[in-house]
Amino acid sequence: MSRILLIEDDHSVRVSLAKALGRYGHDVAAAPTGEEGLRLFVEHSAELVVLDLMLPTMDGFEVCRRIRAAGIVPIVMLTARGDDIDVVSGLESGADDYVVKPVEPRVIDARIRAVLRRGAPDRSGRSTAAYGDLVVDRASMTVTRAGHDVAMTPTELRLLLELSASPGQVLSRQQLLESVWEHSYLGDSRLVDNGVQRLRAKIEADPAAPVFIQTVRGFGYRFGPV
Amino acid sequence: MRSGDLPSRRRRPPWRPPRSWWPRNLRARVILAFVVVAMVAATAASAAGYVAARASLVDETQRRAADSVRGQISRLAPEVEYPPDQEALDRLRTSLGENSLVTFEGLTAASGCALNLISDETRAAVAEGDRFTVQRVVDASGPKLVLATPILLTDVDGRQRDSGVEVYVVQDLAPTQAQLDRWTRIVVLTIAGALPLAVVLALLVSRSVLRPIQRLGHSANQLAAGNLSIRLTPSGRDELADLATTFNRTAAALERSVGELRHREAEARRFVADVSHELRTPIMALTSIMEMVEADARDRSPDDRELATMAVDRTRKLARLAEDLLELSRLDAGAVALRRELVDVAHVVADTVRTRGWDDDVDLVPTEPVLAQVDVRRLDISVANLVGNALRHGRPPVVVEVRTEADDVLVVVTDHGPGLPDDVDADQLFARFFKADSARAASDGSGLGLSITLVNAQLHGGTVSARTSEEAGAQFVLRLPRHLETEPGPDDGRRGRQDGETDEQA
Repeated sequence: MSRILLIEDDHSVRVSLAKALGRYGHDVAAAPTGEEGLRLFVEHSAELVVLDLMLPTMDGFEVCRRIRAAGIVPIVMLTARGDDIDVVSGLESGADDYVVKPVEPRVIDARIRAVLRRGAPDRSGRSTAAYGDLVVDRASMTVTRAGHDVAMTPTELRLLLELSASPGQVLSRQQLLESVWEHSYLGDSRLVDNGVQRLRAKIEADPAAPVFIQTVRGFGYRFGPV
Repeated sequence: MRSGDLPSRRRRPPWRPPRSWWPRNLRARVILAFVVVAMVAATAASAAGYVAARASLVDETQRRAADSVRGQISRLAPEVEYPPDQEALDRLRTSLGENSLVTFEGLTAASGCALNLISDETRAAVAEGDRFTVQRVVDASGPKLVLATPILLTDVDGRQRDSGVEVYVVQDLAPTQAQLDRWTRIVVLTIAGALPLAVVLALLVSRSVLRPIQRLGHSANQLAAGNLSIRLTPSGRDELADLATTFNRTAAALERSVGELRHREAEARRFVADVSHELRTPIMALTSIMEMVEADARDRSPDDRELATMAVDRTRKLARLAEDLLELSRLDAGAVALRRELVDVAHVVADTVRTRGWDDDVDLVPTEPVLAQVDVRRLDISVANLVGNALRHGRPPVVVEVRTEADDVLVVVTDHGPGLPDDVDADQLFARFFKADSARAASDGSGLGLSITLVNAQLHGGTVSARTSEEAGAQFVLRLPRHLETEPGPDDGRRGRQDGETDEQA
């Protein structure tokens, strides 16, 4: 049972999707506008937001940015357009994953569960590991850099754990999509690139010259060597 | 000037055969023509002036020499007694100076070495009483002037008669020749000096003529490269200014029509986006509702269950059809950009088959990884359409093979059905809403799958073809260039740079 906030302007979609997600065992609050959504977000203390990008007045990107600014609650975007630019903008606004309408509620449910699983404690490997001034605690799911806590979304955290589990080893984008996003189909590698960008902004001293997460040109990413 | 017009010029009619010395370059032609004209003009003017000056100099020299000899003779003649003796002749000759000869019947007084130049004709002319002859001769030491005259006696009655005394004087023309040589030198030097001047002038002229042409060529190139806002500033009122104005008009017309096309394209794109949203939203609601209806129907009567299943199926088909239509519209509107990334095509194809639950019906031919820069989503859709088509219209097993051929990657989908219908052209299969088998018109396919595969293949710079295979049924071949040596497009920047390094396999 997780508390989900659904922000969707179309009445029929909002009602039917809220009901369908309710059947999958989620506690769903639904809002027709971005403004209402932001109000409910606090009131409902949502654990995850399902957000339509095409909203009247305040658009989905803005809602996405505000929720991201307020904390680490994961966001799954609903995009109606096939325009790639929407996906890119949505990811840059801080979304963790996206689905393209029309989509069956069971697919959305699977995504919601996958996103929420990323925040669950990792029982494999060492509980704490230090890489330079970066300390990752897998038991408590916390990351500190130079002694300060770094607030991370579950996606960023899981991406860091996945990469740091095998320092020096190159992981392809599709591998990361499968292990972090749990996309069993051919996923969108921009999710990975965007996640890496946000992660770098949080843990790298100079995100333009990364030390921890390095790009392996033409293939994927590698953690360290630090 | 584009090199492209050269062959057509070579194909000109035979009355103008190609001349190897005639430069192809317009500038060189202008300069060469200008210099030739300038040199011809300078030479002609100088030669005419030289000839005229030379004639007048020679005339003047002859006149002065003749006057001098005549004066001397008319001064000396009265002092000579007649008939003169040898002494008198010698005196007369001495007064005339070097290179002179005086004769009187058998007597001769001579001096100088140039006297052998006096020709017999001259002597004959003088003997016949010719008053004064002047002849120009040239020997090894240079040009000479031979002057000859008989001395005439004036009687008391005023009549003149020949005295029988003949006077010959040879005068050296060396100073005159030196003067002429100086003039020749000046003329040659002048012409030689005019040559560089003509070249410089030709350069200036060719520049002033060619610069507008060059500007025009440059602008035309820019226009060809897609810079439709390029314009020339016509200067002056000559033909080149007219040409520039015409060019500007052409460019403006081109820009206008291209702008109109772009505008329409943008409209079409916007329309597709709007339709996309308008269609997807109700289908999304339907999909959500149908999922619940289907679940609820499990506890109802078989009739209800059948109806629910039908409704769910139709909803899925509607969703699929809308999706395919929108995809094609986006492709048609040019609203699609390829997102190439380096992937193992064999892996993508395996995923396509696996994620659609086709493992049991499809035989994947095992292969080494086949790396290529492709748009993964589009490759996935294309292969899924081919395999889905084979599963619907052919018979299992459907064999899928990934292999390379030259710089291309091939995905070959072969089924074991009856092959392509005999009356169907292979290209027709890729037409929209084409159904080869009308009896099965209500199949699961939208009728757009193969068209989408075709457009996606073309978007990659590849092809898709169909034929009936000899040993099995229908065979579809998707052929895409591997694109390994080129950098990904600019839109790939978000995903980090990819340059086709292939050695790091995790």
